[in-house]
Amino acid sequence: MMLLPLAGFLVNMAFGSRLKRPLAGVIASLFVVASFGLAIVTWLELMSKPASQRVFDFILFDWISSGSLHLNVGAYIDPLSVTMILFVTGVSAVIHIYSIGYMAHDERFSQFFVYLNLFVFAMSVLVLSDNFAFTFLGWEGVGATSYWLIAFWFERPTAAAAGKKAFIVNRMGDFGYLIAMFLLFGYVGSLSYAKVFGSLGSIGHGTLTAIALLFFLGAVGKSAQLPLFVWLVDAMEGPTPVSALIHAATMVTAGVYLMARISPILHLTAGVATFIAFVGVITAFVAAMAATSQTDIKKVLAYSTVSQLGYMFLGIGTGQYVAAIFLMVTHAFYKALLFLGAGSVIHGLHEEQNIKKMGALRKLMPITSVTFIVAWLSIAGFPPFSGFWSKGDVLAGAYQKSVLLWLIGALTAILTAYYMGREVYLVFFGKRRFEGSNHVHESPKVMTIPLLVLAVFSIFGGALNLPISDKFRFLENWLTPVFGSALAPSTISSSLRFALGTADGIFALIGIGLATSLWIRSSSRPAIEPSFLASGWGIDRFYDRFIARSSTRLSEEFTDVIEVKVIDGATMSLAGLVGLVGKYARKVQSGYIRNYALYISVGALLILGYFVTRAGA
Amino acid sequence: MTVPGSWYLVLSALLFSLGALGFFTRKNILIMFMSLELMLNAVNLTFVTFSRMLGDIGGQTLVFFVLVVAAAEVVVGLGIIVAIFRRRSSATADDLSIFRG
Repeated sequence: MMLLPLAGFLVNMAFGSRLKRPLAGVIASLFVVASFGLAIVTWLELMSKPASQRVFDFILFDWISSGSLHLNVGAYIDPLSVTMILFVTGVSAVIHIYSIGYMAHDERFSQFFVYLNLFVFAMSVLVLSDNFAFTFLGWEGVGATSYWLIAFWFERPTAAAAGKKAFIVNRMGDFGYLIAMFLLFGYVGSLSYAKVFGSLGSIGHGTLTAIALLFFLGAVGKSAQLPLFVWLVDAMEGPTPVSALIHAATMVTAGVYLMARISPILHLTAGVATFIAFVGVITAFVAAMAATSQTDIKKVLAYSTVSQLGYMFLGIGTGQYVAAIFLMVTHAFYKALLFLGAGSVIHGLHEEQNIKKMGALRKLMPITSVTFIVAWLSIAGFPPFSGFWSKGDVLAGAYQKSVLLWLIGALTAILTAYYMGREVYLVFFGKRRFEGSNHVHESPKVMTIPLLVLAVFSIFGGALNLPISDKFRFLENWLTPVFGSALAPSTISSSLRFALGTADGIFALIGIGLATSLWIRSSSRPAIEPSFLASGWGIDRFYDRFIARSSTRLSEEFTDVIEVKVIDGATMSLAGLVGLVGKYARKVQSGYIRNYALYISVGALLILGYFVTRAGA
Repeated sequence: MTVPGSWYLVLSALLFSLGALGFFTRKNILIMFMSLELMLNAVNLTFVTFSRMLGDIGGQTLVFFVLVVAAAEVVVGLGIIVAIFRRRSSATADDLSIFRG
């Protein structure tokens, strides 16, 4: 399963540039589809076992063996990792196929698929690995491919800068992951999941808190939470399928996956869990506010992704791991659909991304607009679309933990429905605000069919986990053995649950109604689009002013002073010393053999003298 | 009658001194080269002598190595000397100080 995308990567790496245009993409897609097939086989196999025996640890070979450190390359197959790999490979396969159409005119077509395959490989390593270090390999692998893909159009300086930014911001999170890993190894002496979780009792509470916080820092970087979310918005410089695959559906959920993986640790550190819940819900709110004022079709979606990831962390923090994973899966469907729809619009309008310059695309791009609206209703939490069920689970969990969390979450839900509605109305309804409408066309089939597939999943994805009765809670029954006691038990009565669900539906309606009344006719309302929100609460500017610029000045100072005086000075004076010695030492080399012979004889006599006099002593 | 080992040692010491004297006093590079060979072989003689006196084959083995190296060295050395003779008809060592540092 892991190896198939790697094989695709190698094939395209070796022969990609020689293959005809669509073939490289077709090969890459086939490998991913095949690994999706394998994931299904694994899933069926796991389903056929009784619930308590659904954990497998395949050790493939020793990776590193040094002292007491033993690292295996191995796969840890349990319901959680299988759920992840199913939707990762599934969504990847759809997006691979879509990319064949989207990237058709690009000069570096095969190179794009090389990166895409490598990404899927790294992601499956991350998901399936059986120890922290091997997961870290995948973690860094997705980071690196994300960097290459964001900066794929590196001719544009903004794309190159966005790639660098994503990489550097992610480094801060990775720092946390590394330290947490060192701590775990220091206290447990092993990095394998099974051993670490088996010996948590021997670690002090303070240390455990530190470990959980540091892992959370890693997750914050990767999953773009406050305060490290700035990179995800800039990451929209990459090709749209990349935004859909990496920056919406899969890679950014790696942080959520990591948190779900270390649920035994979080279970023991309640303070950290509460902290995570608050960071998540505040991120969700802040990003949703920022999304209401964006003018770039993809940036709305980027902030929306940050916001939805915030919801997932809210689910994690309140102990509702199943709800978080449920939201992650349904989010992967509808957010990938939104991004691919946006890509289809951008493609049709010849690289126009400003939603103020769109409008009335409903008739020109029927399939795109219908699927986009489906995704909108889904993300807004409109019943019975998938987003309604998953977001409902998270919010119910939040209500159980604290009403404050629920309130912020509910407010964000209204905002979500509103900002997505604004985008839909600006893009597909209203007046036409672009020129040359004759060239605007619906996208080819290779792009619209993935849209339709994802739309079906966005509508019916909720069926994975229906709260109607215990029998319909498939995902929960499936995942509960993994989390065990870490899962917060539901104390909410069914009538309250029903009331909360109704409230969710009403929130969605409020948001949608608000968007309809405000945006169906008008295209510009400066009063509710402050530039402060458009620039993402000015957080980027803050970083630029206080961190980026001052550290640039510091490094310039280093260039002028330390570089010249200390480093160059040391090197130059050493060279000067050698030269000085040489100036005198060269006199010895007279060129006369006689002299050399004399030196040798004197030397020999000295050695002889030493032996004669000292040998007796 | 057998010749005592010490005589050989005295002989080799004499040969070595002769070679060293020649090396230091002569100016012709060819003669210096021959003196060098004389010193080498004086040392070889001591090796063999000690080898016989102590009943240890190691000394004689070493002599073979020295001979092989000396032969190789003679080939290179004579080659250089011939090349020098071709360029300038004399071969006085003190004239050849172009490698002065």
